[in-house]
Amino acid sequence: MAGLVRRHGMWVAAFAVMLVLPWIFQTGFAITMLNQIGVLIVFSLAYNMLLGQGGMLSFGHALYFGIAGYFTAHFLNGVGEDWLPYFPVTLLPIFGGLIGLFFGIGIGFVSTRRAGTVFAMISLGFAEMATALTLILVVFFNGEEGIQTDRMVGPEPLGITFGPDIHVYYLISFWCLVATAAMYVLTRTPFGRMSNAVRDNPERVEFVGYSTHRIRWLAFALSSFFAGLAGALHALNFEHVGFETIGLEQSGLALFMVWIGGARNFVGPILGAILITYLNSNLSDITDAWYLYLGILFMVIVMFTQGGLSGLVFMHEPIWKTDYRLFGRMMAPYALGIGSTIIAAIGVIGMFEMIYFLSTRVTEETIAVLYWMEVDAASALPWIACAAITAPGVAACRRTYPPMANSYNEAIAAVKGRMAP
Amino acid sequence: MEVLVFSIFNGLLYGMLLFMLASGLTLIFSLMGVLNFAHASFFMLGAYFAYQISGFIGFWPGLVFAPLIVGVIGAAVERYGLRPVHKFGHVAELLFTFGLAFVIEEVVQMIWGKVPVPYDIPETMNVAAFTWRGLDYSAYRLFMLGASVAIFLALFVFIAKTRTGLIIQAALTHPNIVSSLGHDVGKIFMWTFGFGCALAGVAGVIGGNVLGTEPSMAITLGPIVFVVIVIGGLGSLWGALIAALFIGIMDNLSISYDLSLYPVLALFGVEREVEGIMQDLVNLTTAGLAPVLPYLFLVLMLILRPRGLFGTRDV
Repeated sequence: MAGLVRRHGMWVAAFAVMLVLPWIFQTGFAITMLNQIGVLIVFSLAYNMLLGQGGMLSFGHALYFGIAGYFTAHFLNGVGEDWLPYFPVTLLPIFGGLIGLFFGIGIGFVSTRRAGTVFAMISLGFAEMATALTLILVVFFNGEEGIQTDRMVGPEPLGITFGPDIHVYYLISFWCLVATAAMYVLTRTPFGRMSNAVRDNPERVEFVGYSTHRIRWLAFALSSFFAGLAGALHALNFEHVGFETIGLEQSGLALFMVWIGGARNFVGPILGAILITYLNSNLSDITDAWYLYLGILFMVIVMFTQGGLSGLVFMHEPIWKTDYRLFGRMMAPYALGIGSTIIAAIGVIGMFEMIYFLSTRVTEETIAVLYWMEVDAASALPWIACAAITAPGVAACRRTYPPMANSYNEAIAAVKGRMAP
Repeated sequence: MEVLVFSIFNGLLYGMLLFMLASGLTLIFSLMGVLNFAHASFFMLGAYFAYQISGFIGFWPGLVFAPLIVGVIGAAVERYGLRPVHKFGHVAELLFTFGLAFVIEEVVQMIWGKVPVPYDIPETMNVAAFTWRGLDYSAYRLFMLGASVAIFLALFVFIAKTRTGLIIQAALTHPNIVSSLGHDVGKIFMWTFGFGCALAGVAGVIGGNVLGTEPSMAITLGPIVFVVIVIGGLGSLWGALIAALFIGIMDNLSISYDLSLYPVLALFGVEREVEGIMQDLVNLTTAGLAPVLPYLFLVLMLILRPRGLFGTRDV
């Protein structure tokens, strides 16, 4: 029993957190956000089956998410209007997953012959085709309005009506946990390992006797299954599916979540989904420039790290496991480096905010609220102030990054020294 | 008859614009292996810069300066953004350009707002060049066609006849040997990237006022340019030209003729008045299908002939 808890401690903890969360965050806003996070965790993990584990960069994976969402909405409507037999709402995500799987098998077959750029282009082609079709096939997609649905159909066992958001919260988090566990187990199977091998060295995989096409195809189909499951949850959550769920924007969102969170380890996409959804629902009201910051964050991560934010955390794992006292020497350089980054960011963000304010205002008003202060964006003073923060901040970054990297390298060298006999 | 002639003419025009984007993209791709997702964003920047410059000093200086600025920005992006990412491989490079496209769109919205800007056709060109069977043809469109054909010819002469062009051609196939001959391949990459972006910028300057200058113009045109270079065959300028013209003309013909697809369905015994999902199929017309067709060709091409029309290697 103790061994079981130790081995599966993470899952038990996740289950406990899932049960407790709605008691901590009781507002409707928080529950809505948690629901969204749950859906997007499944979707970004599914996306990472392709990108992180299979080495396939897709610009069109939202296709399976969105299509499954549309089918789920129509299915619910069909049950509600009595031209389809009753099917438990709780099990609808499986239906969505099967829809995703169906399309994933078909489209995957033609698009997984090659990975890399070719795969990315084909996925973009299919995504654009589907986006265009949403505006043509009006009966099924209903154009830009999308499909409305009602999740309260059929009998209500144990009083579960799926009316209140909290019922949907437990539905989503249950499926989120199940799907996450399933995808984690998949990474441990021979298939999961072969998928990694195809990512790293396809030529050698072919020599060993496997078909890279088959492995990619299987990975693609399974990933589409989970994307479809997430799409069904999305439809149940919002009771609406719009054409934007199918297109490049949704795929790009998953890509951002996965890459910012970190594609190289399993928790990265989860972290990314939580972080970006949280920031998105809180920051997009405060600043118009939120998407710009998101894009810049993404580019910075692409340029400087391959493992995303979780990669940055996990690269300290050997130090932690060997001797946490090694962190002592790293504290000061890290604090200086992070501090100067924050200073530089404050200055740059101030300027972006003022530009946005000046270009998007509708009146002649020039008084903007910046960092809880009222400033006159048309006068020179706030600009000079921002520049006066940015310039030393950037200069400090240039001075403090090398010692930061040095302290890390020294700590790793110390770890290696201790491991040597 | 006149519908046919005019839609072919407009198709040629659209095709030449596509070619201006596609030629830069295919050069960059075959030289560096980078599929520049942000290529159409440089097209958009060209249009916005031209709008800004033409507000100050007129259209013609804009035609010269806007592409130059775009080219310099492109070269800077290659030197300071893309080159550090190169060591992480092609997927990271593609991700970088994807992020760049996203950021450029946001910056454009930040500076010029979310609604289209009034970038208009220059006054002197806003007249009918000729009238044929009661249909006017604007002088500006004629100028667009002339300019794009001139650029196309200049590009071919540059690639085939100048020393720089020959080095680029050599670097396309044998980068290591070109490098060991003493040429600075890094510099070739940087200027080819800048040059490709400048070409996209020219397309933006002369096309932005007809197609509409707005923040979404990059994302609507970008994927079609990918289709063009894949159908034409990666690295092949002739292929890009033919694919661009093909897509341009097909797009215009399917919109101006707007045929219903019902007669085809009728062969299978489908009734005109059906309910439900089949209604979508009965109501299909070629104009409705026009946005789908390029991608349909892309997928068919990748399945049937992955190297494209004139490509020498599989994509």
